[in-house]
Amino acid sequence: MTQSNRRKFIQRAASMAAVGTLPLTYVKLGRSEQSAEFSFAFLSDSHIQHIRGNEFVRNWDRGLIRAVAETNLLNPKPDFVIYGGDLAQLGTKPELDHGAELLSALKYDIYPILGEHDYYLDLGEYWSDIFKRPHYYSFDHKGVHFVMLNSILTYDEWTFERWPTAEQRMNEMAGLDNPNGSPFLVGDAQREWLKKDLAEVDKSTPIVVVSHSPLQKIYKGWNFWTDDAEQMQAILAPFDKVTVLYGHVHQIQYNQIGNISFTSAMATAWPWPYPGSYAQAEHYLPVLTVPMNRADPFFERDATGWQFVDVHTGRVAVHYNLYDNAVRTVAWNEDTGRPEDTVFQDPAARIPPQQHY
Amino acid sequence: MRKKLMLTALAPVLFALGAGNLGGDEFDQEDIDRWQEQFMQVVQEGRALWTDGTLGTNGVACAQCHPNAANTHPETYPKFQKQMGRVVDMWEMFNWCLQHPLEGEELAADDAKMIALIAYARHERRGVELEPGKH
Repeated sequence: MTQSNRRKFIQRAASMAAVGTLPLTYVKLGRSEQSAEFSFAFLSDSHIQHIRGNEFVRNWDRGLIRAVAETNLLNPKPDFVIYGGDLAQLGTKPELDHGAELLSALKYDIYPILGEHDYYLDLGEYWSDIFKRPHYYSFDHKGVHFVMLNSILTYDEWTFERWPTAEQRMNEMAGLDNPNGSPFLVGDAQREWLKKDLAEVDKSTPIVVVSHSPLQKIYKGWNFWTDDAEQMQAILAPFDKVTVLYGHVHQIQYNQIGNISFTSAMATAWPWPYPGSYAQAEHYLPVLTVPMNRADPFFERDATGWQFVDVHTGRVAVHYNLYDNAVRTVAWNEDTGRPEDTVFQDPAARIPPQQHY
Repeated sequence: MRKKLMLTALAPVLFALGAGNLGGDEFDQEDIDRWQEQFMQVVQEGRALWTDGTLGTNGVACAQCHPNAANTHPETYPKFQKQMGRVVDMWEMFNWCLQHPLEGEELAADDAKMIALIAYARHERRGVELEPGKH
């Protein structure tokens, strides 16, 4: 798709949306010898939150409803939708049922992964029941190998021995800044599965890994972190083209480590501060990342959204669809060999709302 | 504690004797520790409220959007809030959050809960230079 065509279809999608602009993030993967050009939508972190009876937090419901509506209005259509985890807030059946009902309006196949908010009540049992998916799996699409991880596991003692009830375990993990939480892990068993899965894949085949937690270490205090990130990166290192798409952080982040490109998703629910805005934090936000605009709390959908992803030549361009803000695009730059913002990467091009403090 | 009670009891006598400045402007490490302890107790109450889904009516807690009270910028208040159209102090912005994302009731500026919430947010922001008015 050319730039102007893409702009037209985004404009058409936006103008067709009865409620106005919807927040969305879209990703484009590129063409290689084996892989065709295609696109998919990437939605994440809706945090559907049960109040009582049939009441749910309206604000979070609206974020997901809007992302689903905008995704359905895309023209041309994406090939499928990836859901990046944290559909629920406390992993309950009412939350997962309500979230799945909202997602069921999508006119595309959904490839979901687990977030910690979906998992730590019943260890992902009900989630698997309703989505009919295992906790981790892979699939191939038009020459690209997709790996869907459960990267929010943690140490067995924390999961199985520390907490008197499943509800308390869920609540302790649900607090982002709760010091009683525990660092995320992919874990030995899943890493062994991944090695076997990738043993069948040619090293020139583009790989897209979808993970809830960043497979890199950014800020441990909020679990913008995976404890076995280095081991995961080592497994992915032999492949020519690797892209990791992740949720959890509720903000735009991107990075390049060796051959691996990392790009995050915004939440449909609410944005999170960048770690640097916590004055007591020691953090490692990738220097490559140009932050998203500081959120305006008076517009409840501001700084939330979803991603449209173009895939071509095995690399991705992620389009962050923001409410009331210009669409941000973070795309692979062949010349520099890393993902870059197509407008704001040059420090001279940046604008005051991108300053976080 | 005994020393303080004795000073309090003696104060009128000392004042009558022309020694009223004794005890009034002097404090020791024990006092400093006690005052800090009092403050930190309110900070802890503030942290408990910050993570409490019953502060509003819909189960949403302040910490959901503001982990460690980040992005509240206590050092910038009072400042102009364009949506309110005037210069406001931090407690007014906190009330906006209580009424909208938390779908709850506002608190008086001197409500013990409001003071605790502000104490917690400012404590998490300690060490940052004052910049009133900064946007």
